[in-house]
Amino acid sequence: MKAPISWLKDYVDINVDMKKLAHLVTISGSKVEAIDDLGKSIDKVVVGRIVSMEPHPDADRLKITQVDVGKEVIQIVTGAPNVSTGDYIPVALVGAQLPGGVIKETKLRGVESYGMMCSIEELNLTHDYLPDAPKDGVYIFNNEPELGMDVKEVLGLEPVIEFEITSNRPDCFSIVGLARETAVTLGTDFKKPEITVKEEGEGKASDFVSVSIRNSELCSRYAARTVTDVNIQPSPEWMQRRLAAAGMRPINNIVDITNYVMLEMGQPMHAFDLKCVDGGNIIVRSAQDGETITTLDGQKRKLDSSMLVIADENKPVAIAGIMGGANSEVTSESKMILLESATFNGTSVRLTSKKVGIRSEASNRFEKGLDSENVIKALDRCAQLIEQLGAGRVIPGIVDCYPVKPEPVKVQINDVEINRLLGTNIDKEWMFELFEKLEFEVDRDSMMLTIPTFRPDVRVMADLAEEVARFYDYNNIKPTLLSGATSTIGKKNHNQKMEDLIAQLMLSLGLFETYSFSFTSPKVWDRMRLPEEHILRDAVVITNPLGEDFSIMRTTTIPEMLGIIKTNYNRKVEEGGFFEISYVYKPIKEQLLPEERKVLTIGLYGNVDFYYLKGIVEQLFAQMNITNADYSPEKNHPSYHPGRCARVSLGNTDIGYIGEIHPEVASNFECPKRTYIAVLDISHMIENSNMVKEYSGLPKYPAIGRDIALIVDEGVLVKDIEAVIKQRGGKILEQIKLFDVYKGEQVPEGMKSVAYTLTFRSMDRTLVDEEVNKTMSKILHGLKTNLNATLRE
Amino acid sequence: MKEQLQAIANEALAKLEHVEDMKSLEEIRILFLGKKGKLTSILKGMGSLSAEERPVVGQMVNDVRKQLEEKIQNTRSELIRKEQEKNIAQEAIDVTMPGTILRTGKKHPLTQVLDEIKEVFIGMGYEIAEGPEVELDYYNFEALNIPKNHPARDTQDSFYINENVVLRSQTSPVQIRVMEKQKPPIKIICPGRVYRSDPVDATHSPIFHQVEGLVVDKGVTMGDLIGTLQVFAKNLFGEETDIRLRPHHFQFTEPSAEVDVSCWTCGGKGCRVCKNEGWIEILGAGMVHPKVLETCGIDPKVYSGFAFGLGVERTAMGRFNIDDMRLLYENDIRFLKQF
Repeated sequence: MKAPISWLKDYVDINVDMKKLAHLVTISGSKVEAIDDLGKSIDKVVVGRIVSMEPHPDADRLKITQVDVGKEVIQIVTGAPNVSTGDYIPVALVGAQLPGGVIKETKLRGVESYGMMCSIEELNLTHDYLPDAPKDGVYIFNNEPELGMDVKEVLGLEPVIEFEITSNRPDCFSIVGLARETAVTLGTDFKKPEITVKEEGEGKASDFVSVSIRNSELCSRYAARTVTDVNIQPSPEWMQRRLAAAGMRPINNIVDITNYVMLEMGQPMHAFDLKCVDGGNIIVRSAQDGETITTLDGQKRKLDSSMLVIADENKPVAIAGIMGGANSEVTSESKMILLESATFNGTSVRLTSKKVGIRSEASNRFEKGLDSENVIKALDRCAQLIEQLGAGRVIPGIVDCYPVKPEPVKVQINDVEINRLLGTNIDKEWMFELFEKLEFEVDRDSMMLTIPTFRPDVRVMADLAEEVARFYDYNNIKPTLLSGATSTIGKKNHNQKMEDLIAQLMLSLGLFETYSFSFTSPKVWDRMRLPEEHILRDAVVITNPLGEDFSIMRTTTIPEMLGIIKTNYNRKVEEGGFFEISYVYKPIKEQLLPEERKVLTIGLYGNVDFYYLKGIVEQLFAQMNITNADYSPEKNHPSYHPGRCARVSLGNTDIGYIGEIHPEVASNFECPKRTYIAVLDISHMIENSNMVKEYSGLPKYPAIGRDIALIVDEGVLVKDIEAVIKQRGGKILEQIKLFDVYKGEQVPEGMKSVAYTLTFRSMDRTLVDEEVNKTMSKILHGLKTNLNATLRE
Repeated sequence: MKEQLQAIANEALAKLEHVEDMKSLEEIRILFLGKKGKLTSILKGMGSLSAEERPVVGQMVNDVRKQLEEKIQNTRSELIRKEQEKNIAQEAIDVTMPGTILRTGKKHPLTQVLDEIKEVFIGMGYEIAEGPEVELDYYNFEALNIPKNHPARDTQDSFYINENVVLRSQTSPVQIRVMEKQKPPIKIICPGRVYRSDPVDATHSPIFHQVEGLVVDKGVTMGDLIGTLQVFAKNLFGEETDIRLRPHHFQFTEPSAEVDVSCWTCGGKGCRVCKNEGWIEILGAGMVHPKVLETCGIDPKVYSGFAFGLGVERTAMGRFNIDDMRLLYENDIRFLKQF
């Protein structure tokens, strides 16, 4: 809401400068977003009159003028095509400050020039503010202001304060409401508008119009006045300037007056050409499905039965509270008009405005719920201005249809409770006086407050406390630290600590933490090579997404991690390792909310391989003390290389996959050919980790090591060899360490050599060779029978 | 014999003066002190001496032996020292060459800020609560005193899954879930991801992060809220930081406030970062609305509470002087490395 300062000053005394004012009202709850000081960057620009004009000897397009600027006559060389002798124009004198810079004495093609004639653009103004200014060229005053006068004064350039109005304060969506708040803030007088209407037209309003409200739930009051002998003209300059400064385009006197009153009083108004309202009968009713109306902006709008319209006997003439119809627009031909001032249901206006796609200054106000007690005041103010500006003659009387009159709302004030909530010690009388200034009715005996009808936001004790606090100044409340509260222990829970541990380990293993979006595009499924009906394709769908790319909640983090790798790879970052702890979202049948599972995603590219990734995962499991991890070859995950992917399980639970991304998928996502990704379920990891730690004694007796090289079929998994060794090795087998896998010369075709160092140790005695030899032969026997493994000669 | 001894000693000492390496040192030792060495042969010749002379000469031989052993030992040490010096000289390296490249990762800047915030509040006795991101409309709006079609819903345009399910537009629903389950005293912060229908640009993202806090107990005051936020601001932005509260409107708190901190760049004097205002808005806060307490089965006549919330992205951007929010979600390693 933009408030030109002079307009505000009509209703409140302001005894501080702009900066201080902005600060004080911000602190009391009317936040100042900006002060737009229209004249701020202009200085030493005065009114001048062109006394004479002659051509420039050396330039066809330049003219040499003598300009009277009051105290003196100065010479200005100008290229302006639209000026002639006798014109009153804004003159920037030498040393003048303009938004474009400082004016200096200069020579134009050898002729001295001591200033510049200004266009409105050079004064940083717009055509909205000065509609009569030429599109091109110097501004010419349409009257004869005093020569030498500061143009800021002549043009009424003044600071405009832009307020942020919160949705609970429809009353502040008006100059009068803001003036009331300002007055209480500054402790100065609030000067209520004095509204009187002469009503000099013949007859009475009810002779010309009737109003019936068919849907009083959506319209609690509808009042109309009529005006005759309407004389459509431009509105006076002062009104045009205020409207423009407040952000509304001036149109004609009648429309401008309705807008002016809306801005001033907060009550939207509408004027109909009365001859276009058939029978003069206003009917406020729900629209019929399929009914249409062409609104003032020339658009044809489809209506439905959820919308409220203003209609006559035959047709809708306006969408209630949103926009009038073109069929009843006030034009220069209009002779009699009907002025509407009404209260429409906020929710209904809001929904209709969304449906028809119009947000107007009017709908913006109605949405928040307006005061039906303001309707007549605004209507009268409108009539008063029409009389004052000679825009027509107001016919006596108001047709006022008011089916739902609000009951006065009373709230008991309890100063003790307010002070207890705020932690203050504010005097009761101070509170009473504050509420009186805010136009509450205060009954000191019963401590009962009657809430003004324009304050729908005040209903309970906490609301009263806010009123007290904001004028006491929140910042005057003494800061305390929960003195009365029960003491609590702050800590992270087990899962949160484990997540920290996981993140910490990822960082120490050289991975960078990433944040990616949790919605994605359904297009990624094909790029991931997921077959139709694949379980990952079953996603939570957003009904109103920001486009297809952001339209479903991800069921896997693989695409986002590939996206991150692509970004870095494309930008010539040679290698990268990343991790992210984030959610995937899985719809659950017959359940409103999906299952949200936290996963750890690891992504690698560059000088790495599958075993580098697996090493990270193994380190993670070791740190988390997870001892039941199992990796099995996974050939069927469509997004992974079928020969380089492992399904990871803990006990009987699969917790994810690690591996090299399928080359086709890598290429679909523009990633390097060797890209490695692991996705592991975090809660399963935490469940399988054992963080209860107990010391076991360090070995006292020496270990015996044995190296073996086995020849096995090349399809035999290392995991299976080790299972046999473990099982046959018994208690004295301390460690199995794989140190070589070899295929090639000296190893038969289709076979591979797998070499281990086995370490044997007993915790209670020194082992002898014989014992180890016995175990070794058990192991070798087991390997032979189970895996057909032989010792390499 | 005495002279003979002296001569041997002198000869040995003279040789030792010119020893260059361990090998010749050992040769000298054997020549004089070895089993067949010169000194040993004198001892062997002692049989011809009288009983009176023997101890005297014996003593003299021992003295010379001791003297030579000492000298040999010293020479040996000296040779070792020289050898080491030579080696050290040869082993000199260029210490200005770069170190071995070890991989270490970096926490994302958002996590760094989140961690700091968590630390401050854990220190003040708060626990960390979490809740779903795909949330019931009831928890995201209705229980927070924002009924269907309320204009307050416009300020946070939300993504809907269906009529009753929404991507949470704030982490406040977690507060409701906690209040429903837990009896006061409640002291929690709820960090998490939230969603609003804002297209991606330098200052907006449809996905961002919030931390909200909630305290409910007997006798909690607005003064407590202000004191808590002061401690928080000083911890996060520095000891000199001031806060300023401005009245505002939120449906679920009353009184409500927006909270500014004094500019971390200029300290409040006014600069480009704070747009010359000296203050930067970082928080929304207020006393929990009695209706919200009631909805959660907490009697507002007995208990009161405060709540606050802040945007993590905005805080991180301010803290690290990041001028484009998109960088936070792009994950360019050259960006991530800087924090």
